[in-house]
Amino acid sequence: MSVDKDTVAQIAKLARIRLPEDHLEPLAGELSNILGWIEQLSQLDTEGVAPMTSVVELRAPQRPDAVDDGDCRDKVLANAPESTDGFFVVPKVVE
Amino acid sequence: MAAPTDLTLAAARDALDAGEISAKELTAAHIAAVEAARPLNAFITETPEKALAMAKASDARRKAGEAGLLDGIPLAIKDLFCTEGVPTTAGSHILDGFTPPYESTVGANLWRSGAVLLGKTNMDEFAMGSSNMTSYYGAVENPWRRRGDNRPLVPGGSSGGSAAAVAARCALGATGTDTGGSIRQPASFCGIVGLKPTYGRCSRWGIVAFASSLDQAGPMTRTVLDAALMLRAMAGYDPKDSTCVDRPVPDYEAALTGDVRGLKIGIPKEYRIDGMPAEIETLWQQGIDWLKAAGAETVDISLPHTAYALPAYYIIAPAEASSNLARYDGVRYGLRVPADSLTEMYEATRGEGFGAEVKRRVLIGTYVLSAGYYDAYYNKARRVRSLIARDFTAAFKTVDAILTPTAPSAAFAVGEKMDDPIAMYLNDVFTVPANLSGLPGVSVPAGLSAEGLPLGLQVIGRAFDEETMLKVAEVLEQAAGFDARPGFVAGGD
Repeated sequence: MSVDKDTVAQIAKLARIRLPEDHLEPLAGELSNILGWIEQLSQLDTEGVAPMTSVVELRAPQRPDAVDDGDCRDKVLANAPESTDGFFVVPKVVE
Repeated sequence: MAAPTDLTLAAARDALDAGEISAKELTAAHIAAVEAARPLNAFITETPEKALAMAKASDARRKAGEAGLLDGIPLAIKDLFCTEGVPTTAGSHILDGFTPPYESTVGANLWRSGAVLLGKTNMDEFAMGSSNMTSYYGAVENPWRRRGDNRPLVPGGSSGGSAAAVAARCALGATGTDTGGSIRQPASFCGIVGLKPTYGRCSRWGIVAFASSLDQAGPMTRTVLDAALMLRAMAGYDPKDSTCVDRPVPDYEAALTGDVRGLKIGIPKEYRIDGMPAEIETLWQQGIDWLKAAGAETVDISLPHTAYALPAYYIIAPAEASSNLARYDGVRYGLRVPADSLTEMYEATRGEGFGAEVKRRVLIGTYVLSAGYYDAYYNKARRVRSLIARDFTAAFKTVDAILTPTAPSAAFAVGEKMDDPIAMYLNDVFTVPANLSGLPGVSVPAGLSAEGLPLGLQVIGRAFDEETMLKVAEVLEQAAGFDARPGFVAGGD
């Protein structure tokens, strides 16, 4: 499987990563190489094999449905690039 | 007594117990070593004042008869572990300015046992790499050099700073994390012991996530006994990580009996890969001979799906990474690159904040999870993962542990293998299968290459049987008698 420049631009859009125009072509080459190498998995018959969900045999652990965390708003906001009045600030999303 | 920085962790513990040295003296010697080793660039953040305060508190605890398992032992922590009040970068520009308001569980366990924080070690960005070359904070130099060649070598990765720090005698031990070999491969490159525990043995809470179904924290030390001591302090159940397993933590030190008589050691034929240097093949055979001489029985086994482990890994790990790294959006922490709209702010921040290898993996991950490809790539890889795990389950019906080389080469020079991502990925060919299967693995320094560089052997154990694995590793360590020292040792020889 190879990917072209437009596909790279589209994946980058999905991943919310801005890429300079002149990076698209080289990245298409690199990603195509990696995907081509990964392609060898198709040689393997996996019919009837269940996809692995967990490496350890685990029952989902249970705990009482009680709040045991919280009351740390200022700590949470301390790392924000921008905050005001107890909120994170982002560029305007609603006109 | 040897110089404080030349003690093993176990010897330092004994010296502290015997009152031959104080935690403050031991820590001061290591702080000086960390400073002296700055040319290696092994640390991103040094915490000398905190270290001295912790050492002082340790001496007080010892005086009061309340010393813990690692009381007064100076350690380095990979900069992937959140440390309360100490900047944590994951080796990435995108975490600029991030100071966690909480401590990782593994870190908290270490501090509860009395250990002392020397600083945070350099690493490949978000633990993605096998050379430490992808760090935003620059490459780390391996303290070893090739004989008669002064070019700097990589320490391996992603826990390259931790491996270099321990090898150069800056710390008695360090934490690492291992998603595809990131503890074991740098341990092999730097001539130290690196142990990846069973998935679920150590809590992942508070460790910056790369690929959550594969990530596991573990110790990096200069001896197998030291790794056993450190693992005991790191491990344990944590309700905050739902994949952390609730089973008692054994006294791993007690497992090191030196007696491997009657144990069956599997030698997987698929690990004899094309193009493997003859000296690695020879070292592997040497390991087999050592274990036989110690009374173990070696058994030829087959792990038929081995060749598919790396390509499966390079679907699963990027897929999980693309999801985990979605949180770096310039809103709650770290770097923000301003833009007019929210979407543009996300794109600008992530475009500038992530390095080339991280972008490559997030893009691959996004692609294999996207509509139309999810089944062909991601589900296919998870099916292959089931087959790889089955190979090990079948093998462990007849053997007690598996012996392999740790890496297909010794440390390479800075700049080598940088043009081809796949050549770099091949570093992890022997380590990735244990991550995909959740099994414990440990690398032990076993010999030197013709160029005078350390080479490691890997022991893979049954799930939650770190004890047998460590016992075999210690017998190898004793037989190898590895006492070579790197060219660069902090404070000199």
